[in-house]
Amino acid sequence: MNVEESVLRSTPPRSANGGVTALRAWPTSPARPFAWGASSSPAWPAAPADEPRAGRGTGAVRAWRLPSARPLPWIGLLLALVVSIPVLTVLRSLALPADGLWLELLALTLPRYLANTLGLLAGVGMGVLLVGVSTAWLVTVCRFPGSRVFEWVLILPMAMPAYLLAYTYGDLLQYPGPVQTALRGWLGLGRGAYWFPEIRSLGGAIVVMTAVLYPYVYLLARAAFLEQSVCALEASRTLGRGPWRSFLSVALPLARPSIAAGLALVMMEALADFGTVKHFEVDTFTTGIYLSWFGMGSPIGAAKLAAGLLLFVLAVIGLERLSRGQRRYHQTTARYRPLRPFRLDGWKAVIAVVVCTVPILVGFAVPGGRLLGLAVMAGDQRFGAAFVGLARNSLLLAVGASMIAIVLALLVAYGLRLVPSRLMRLTAWVSTLGYTVPGSVIAVGVLLPFGALDNGVDAWMRATFGISTGLLLSGTIFALLFAYVVRFLALSFNSVEAGLGRVTPSMDGAARTLGQGPLGVLRRVHLPLLRGSLLTGALLVFVDTLKELPATLIIRPFNFDTLAVRVYLLASDERLSEAATAALTIVAVGIVPVIVLSLAIARSRPGQTGIDG
Amino acid sequence: MKSLLRGLAPALVAVVAAALVLQPLPSVTQAAPALQGGTVNVYSARHYDTDDALFDGFTAQTGIPVNVIRGTEDELLERIKAEGANSPADVLITVDAGRLWKAQEAGIFQPIVSEMLNTRIPANLREPEGHWFGIAMRARIIAYAKDRVDPAQLSTYEALADPMWQGKILIRSSSHPYNQSLVGSLIEANGLDATQEWAKGMAANLARSPQGGDTDQLMGVVSGVGDLAVSNTYYVARLRNSSKPEEQAAGQALGVFFPNQAPGERGTHVNVSGGGVIKTAPNRENAVAFLEYLTGDEAQQKLANASFEFPAVEGVQPHPILAEMGPFKRDTLNAKTFGSNNQLALLIMNRAGWR
Repeated sequence: MNVEESVLRSTPPRSANGGVTALRAWPTSPARPFAWGASSSPAWPAAPADEPRAGRGTGAVRAWRLPSARPLPWIGLLLALVVSIPVLTVLRSLALPADGLWLELLALTLPRYLANTLGLLAGVGMGVLLVGVSTAWLVTVCRFPGSRVFEWVLILPMAMPAYLLAYTYGDLLQYPGPVQTALRGWLGLGRGAYWFPEIRSLGGAIVVMTAVLYPYVYLLARAAFLEQSVCALEASRTLGRGPWRSFLSVALPLARPSIAAGLALVMMEALADFGTVKHFEVDTFTTGIYLSWFGMGSPIGAAKLAAGLLLFVLAVIGLERLSRGQRRYHQTTARYRPLRPFRLDGWKAVIAVVVCTVPILVGFAVPGGRLLGLAVMAGDQRFGAAFVGLARNSLLLAVGASMIAIVLALLVAYGLRLVPSRLMRLTAWVSTLGYTVPGSVIAVGVLLPFGALDNGVDAWMRATFGISTGLLLSGTIFALLFAYVVRFLALSFNSVEAGLGRVTPSMDGAARTLGQGPLGVLRRVHLPLLRGSLLTGALLVFVDTLKELPATLIIRPFNFDTLAVRVYLLASDERLSEAATAALTIVAVGIVPVIVLSLAIARSRPGQTGIDG
Repeated sequence: MKSLLRGLAPALVAVVAAALVLQPLPSVTQAAPALQGGTVNVYSARHYDTDDALFDGFTAQTGIPVNVIRGTEDELLERIKAEGANSPADVLITVDAGRLWKAQEAGIFQPIVSEMLNTRIPANLREPEGHWFGIAMRARIIAYAKDRVDPAQLSTYEALADPMWQGKILIRSSSHPYNQSLVGSLIEANGLDATQEWAKGMAANLARSPQGGDTDQLMGVVSGVGDLAVSNTYYVARLRNSSKPEEQAAGQALGVFFPNQAPGERGTHVNVSGGGVIKTAPNRENAVAFLEYLTGDEAQQKLANASFEFPAVEGVQPHPILAEMGPFKRDTLNAKTFGSNNQLALLIMNRAGWR
């Protein structure tokens, strides 16, 4: 028996993840994509010393692949650990005692934080499920006027930063704003003579966040619907189920893991949001973290709240996994044909068009149009000259962060696939937690270790060589890219892991049987299969980095502005019309990858693209 | 594989190209300013474009280039703390005495003795040992609806807790430093217990649960949600100076009342924008020169006009819109004192149910 096999057998995978469960069969399959050598490795103490030489028959092949395969899980583990440092820095203060003033403030304010946070999560959760799933189903399996266009236009709100939507709607719908002013003009009403919903409220925050976050659920639900074997749906129809029943009893349960994954991302994003809730004055857990840290000067208090937040997310995800139980959702057949769409006409088509139009209007067209109007009317006079630099900085960061995040996610996910041990799984999980933690808190979590490292190196260099190295990494683009990866690794990792889950061990086996080496398997089987997932992950990180604000603001180098920073500096000063120019540029730059993503996913439907080799 | 490359190749090309384009930028080698002697590195929480012109003016006058990082107040402080002994920061400029005091408590400022700063800036607007200096000032006033409130009914901050104003007062959240500093000054003037009682009275008089910034309170008065709003002076000035007719009208519909003006009263609460020299400043001399430059007549004028603040230096004329609000008596309580009361003030307001 091989080293690797013994290890894998001794630690049976316990995750509910289909991909990992599939690994159970892996060690016994004759051909494995990666194998450690027959020689006993010091990293694996469990390895029997008297390693049988069964594998030596293919020794020639192993000789060249050994170096590349062996350290992979360890590189993944190490990188995951490094990415976990900021979250651990934040959590470290959990063990420290809290001071009395903070405790009293917490007792006074926690019920409000809790009520608002739960209200926000429930509202946004229901909102994104309703909007995301219904639109995904409509554009995937129904045909109605414009359905092909809606398919990609529905993703556009992703390019809108939530804080921008909050600024825009706050401005549009407030009392002196254009909507209420026009209303008063038409109706001839004075102040206080009519009722108008208050945008700066929990309800307003729910609407704004639903409008920008539903694309996560839409994307994943649509991908799931696209991947579903048409046979399942046809069987359902043959058995007399109509479109509605087919949707509810077949398609929806099959898509559940994907929808849940999208919902989890939305929840994490909503929990970490600060810009929207601050602008709308809704006190959530995030507000509590800020008030503890910056108002009461209690980083320990802030960390305790952040830890509470993490535990909450863990509980929600755990509950979903629990309720899914041991059920697995695999396709029963690999025979894919283009779906025969349900044709909608008459009033049904009208409803479908309305259902798809409203989210685009609220999340994109109205705020985008308002910004365009502001930019054309007033705009940012100083923007023209600065534009090239701002856009270049933003693009550089977004491209850099997405490339690093996707490579890192690939390494960690492969490490986990090869060694699905408890330690690996825990580390991978912790390394993705940055997505739940508000940007400013993560930023401080990044600043502290970098500062300590730089000053440590400097002190050592002074003591040893008498040279001062100063700050090597703090306040550099490197530190900023690191912060983005910490914050957004969840996006790329989840995409890659989901993609790897679809690569069954039998595919590896078949490829090996057909004479491919492990690298050949990687190149000719895994990468083509993962292409869609890699693109999705990279583009999600790209768009989110483009929009990211708090970490950018605080970690960036001297005299280094980005589009998001420009928007913030102007909008926070209530100069929305000047901020509009840079804001529109973010949206414009963000739209391109969003469209590319949409097209790539549409192409990646099984049966529509062959695996090239 | 080919198609994967096709997908990622443009991205790769882009990142390489971007890296090449970025290369000549000094920002990549950020650590350098800390080691050079000829610059001043400013961490600023002020976001005004006109500040750039001010910094250019300093460079023109002294030949010392200014490097700037603009950010949010609290996070800038955390950054300086994290950067530690090797921080390139020379000067921190922030808003509100509470934050300046917090920075001082964190031990990031060094005391500066400067004849010029000490004579130009009034004593109550700077930290006694020279840890930080106020460079501009704002007053926290009561704005009232001209058509519904007779200013003769107004007198002091303390009187706002009177039941006669039940359901009439608009003020922002207790989590904001402006309110914490105001309440911090009340704690100093009247003691803890009396201030706690006052906060309860205020909470009972609120027209709505606090929401929005000072501008939203002002607009609330204009739209009839309440009759009085507590606000900083520059928010009213901005409305009156707005290019939007609606906002201009709102600014004119509001009256400005400076509380605690009667003989024997302590005067209206004023707060500062200010800055200090960082303890580990690699360019200490330049940093002092920079602060001194900011207290010059011309710089004071530009600085204060950019934000509709009052100049810190006596004798420099404020913006006409501020000047027409009239002269007023300032509370001369040192900013350090009410700044250090901020946390207590936050607690007192929350105990009273003032969110």
